[in-house]
Amino acid sequence: MAAPAVRMFRRVEGLFCVYKPSGVHWKLVRDNIETKLLKGLNAAPSQPCPQEVRFLAQPGGDAEAPKGLTLSVASVPALSKHPLVTGPEFQYLQVGVGHRLDAFSSGVLVLAVGNGNKILNDLYRTRITRDYTLEGESTYGHITQDKLDRVLAMLQGANQKSLLMYSNVDMRSQEAYEMAVQGLLGPDGKSAPILTGLRCIRFEPPNFTIEVQCLNETQKYLRKVVHEIGLELRSTAVCKGVRRTRDGPFTLQDALTRHHWTASDIMQAIQQYKSSKKNKNYSRSKVKEPGLHPLEENTTDSQQNETNVEAVAAGGSRSQTLLSQRCF
Amino acid sequence: MPCSFFLCRVTMASSCAQLCLKCRSLLCSKTVATTWQHSTQVRHCRTVTPVITKVLNGSSFFSGNHRTSPASQRWKQQMFCYSELSVKHLATEAKEDKFKEELSRADVVAYKSPLLPVNEIQMPLDLDAAAEFSALEEITHEEAVSISVPAAIPPSSTSLRDYVDKSETLSKLVQLGVNLWKLEQRPNVGTMLLKLDFNMDVAPRLLFLKHIGVEESHIGYIITHNPFILTEDLESLQARVNYLKSKKFSSETVASMVSRAPYLLNFSVKRLDNRLGFYQQQLNLSASNTRNIIARLPRLLCGSLEPVKENLKVCEIELGFKENEIQHIALTVPKVLTANKRKLTQLFDFIHNTMKVPHHLITKFPQVLNTKYLRVRERHLFLEFLGKAQYDPDLPNYISLDRLVSLPDEIFCTELALATLEDFYLFQKTL
Repeated sequence: MAAPAVRMFRRVEGLFCVYKPSGVHWKLVRDNIETKLLKGLNAAPSQPCPQEVRFLAQPGGDAEAPKGLTLSVASVPALSKHPLVTGPEFQYLQVGVGHRLDAFSSGVLVLAVGNGNKILNDLYRTRITRDYTLEGESTYGHITQDKLDRVLAMLQGANQKSLLMYSNVDMRSQEAYEMAVQGLLGPDGKSAPILTGLRCIRFEPPNFTIEVQCLNETQKYLRKVVHEIGLELRSTAVCKGVRRTRDGPFTLQDALTRHHWTASDIMQAIQQYKSSKKNKNYSRSKVKEPGLHPLEENTTDSQQNETNVEAVAAGGSRSQTLLSQRCF
Repeated sequence: MPCSFFLCRVTMASSCAQLCLKCRSLLCSKTVATTWQHSTQVRHCRTVTPVITKVLNGSSFFSGNHRTSPASQRWKQQMFCYSELSVKHLATEAKEDKFKEELSRADVVAYKSPLLPVNEIQMPLDLDAAAEFSALEEITHEEAVSISVPAAIPPSSTSLRDYVDKSETLSKLVQLGVNLWKLEQRPNVGTMLLKLDFNMDVAPRLLFLKHIGVEESHIGYIITHNPFILTEDLESLQARVNYLKSKKFSSETVASMVSRAPYLLNFSVKRLDNRLGFYQQQLNLSASNTRNIIARLPRLLCGSLEPVKENLKVCEIELGFKENEIQHIALTVPKVLTANKRKLTQLFDFIHNTMKVPHHLITKFPQVLNTKYLRVRERHLFLEFLGKAQYDPDLPNYISLDRLVSLPDEIFCTELALATLEDFYLFQKTL
């Protein structure tokens, strides 16, 4: 086996995130990444063709009986092991996608290679929230910032209620109180989409931008939310863009843009993720059943909340600097 | 998808009728008559039909008894195993010579069938006699050396790697740089390559390609993409090259066209003529301009004309270009003729309606129609964000469209956008 290629493959296994541009199906992104990774892996120097010893009879031109033991020995390369005959070293790669993004949305898309797929499964069985930025456009002039804020607050309240409802815990118990204190209340597994946070970042009529943190959502649902906000405001609102800014621990900062979709950049991103995982002491394998080990879950979930807050603040501040640039 | 390569098997039992049919079809193919192996199979077939009842007990093909020396009998049995496989050139030249020599020593009854055109060596096999000698019999040194172990080649396989070491054709092709792995994915191509004879089929065509000026390093590429060039008739190939030269394509141009469009010489003169005529008529170009376009994009002659006709209609009707504009675009960027019309429309829509670039400017810089939509979009939006998206040559701070799409990222950022590369990447994440 070609050792350099296999060593490179070990380095490529893991999780990383890319920035999916809008207008592109997520499957095309995944296929593109797989092709680029295979190209990088197969470009590694391969072993030379192994030699085979063969006995060739003397090429005697005349049709006579063979003259005794006249055979020559030759060491020829065994062409059956030549790369042009066997094909490239790596032909398929298992690249898995985390939460999917539909064709018109853009944003952070988490991908996993090889062994990383198992981690991906565990990661997504935990209660990880995602951050979105929704661009809306409304048509009527009677909408003001505080009306919008009021509607958003109402929506957030409704969602909090559904959060409690889906958490399958009796609201009047001590257990429920303790979980609420630690921020552990939430749905396990499949449930309706829940928005845990809603905030208006920018309001320039007719456009507005909302930041959302949610669980179990689809992008279609988020577009519906914008439409419903419009209805609540007694007008119409259309969603112009959905952009995922954070997916679990993966933020916009770590996302690779199209120009960085090469094997070396991806390897770097994976190394970065692995080292950050060690630093934050994430024990993902333990967080399989949220109910079973409340203590470990406490630490991880509170850490998650911290990172959520940090990410939101970071995301918010970054988008604000960019937006202030936009305003000139 | 891997496919199986089935080598002809001469089976003894019940499939005789099928066998005869196969042999008859083998007779029809040109390459059969040249090898002794096939001819012996064919001859076996001819004698099978009258003795079909005898075959059913499976023991002997022929009613002939030959008292020959045990060595030659044993060795005849080996040859029978070989004749089961129709892979050519398994026997090296030395073996073939030995075989002919041994046959002449044995008493073989010549059986001339009027149907067979070639003068092959007769060798009736007597399988009753085969059972008579034993493995413990003593043989001389020469005979020991002359025993060649039949190669352990599977009669059918899904991959060419089992045959490449034993087949001269395949080894030489690998040495030329042909990607056999890619070729074996295509149905029936592997079987075809195995049946080719290097000296009779492959070598003359390789010499022909070299003669017309194709470089040796490109031959591997050509055969990987078009293995059927090895089965084309040499006279037709020469006729097509002569036709192209008669249309005033220089020899170097013809060589480069063949290297870049490997299927070119598989098309008949009539079809090439038809296509050249089509391009000249539809685009209303002079002969030298048509030659120019075809020389730069030879695959225009290989593909179907329907997509090209559709693209021309799209340019005229949907995109609204005038005839002379379409001519100019096709002359500068021939690839537009074979572009995907949905992507072309999407790109044009963005350039014309979002970037507000008028038709005459697009005609002046047709390269913008050849770029990727995402690339143009992100660069335009970046320039718009910075307030520099100005494509009108009359106004100041003008950005030319060809530089917009063709420059690499760093130069685009430093010269056109006057920003850093990191800012560009950060901006892309806000789209």
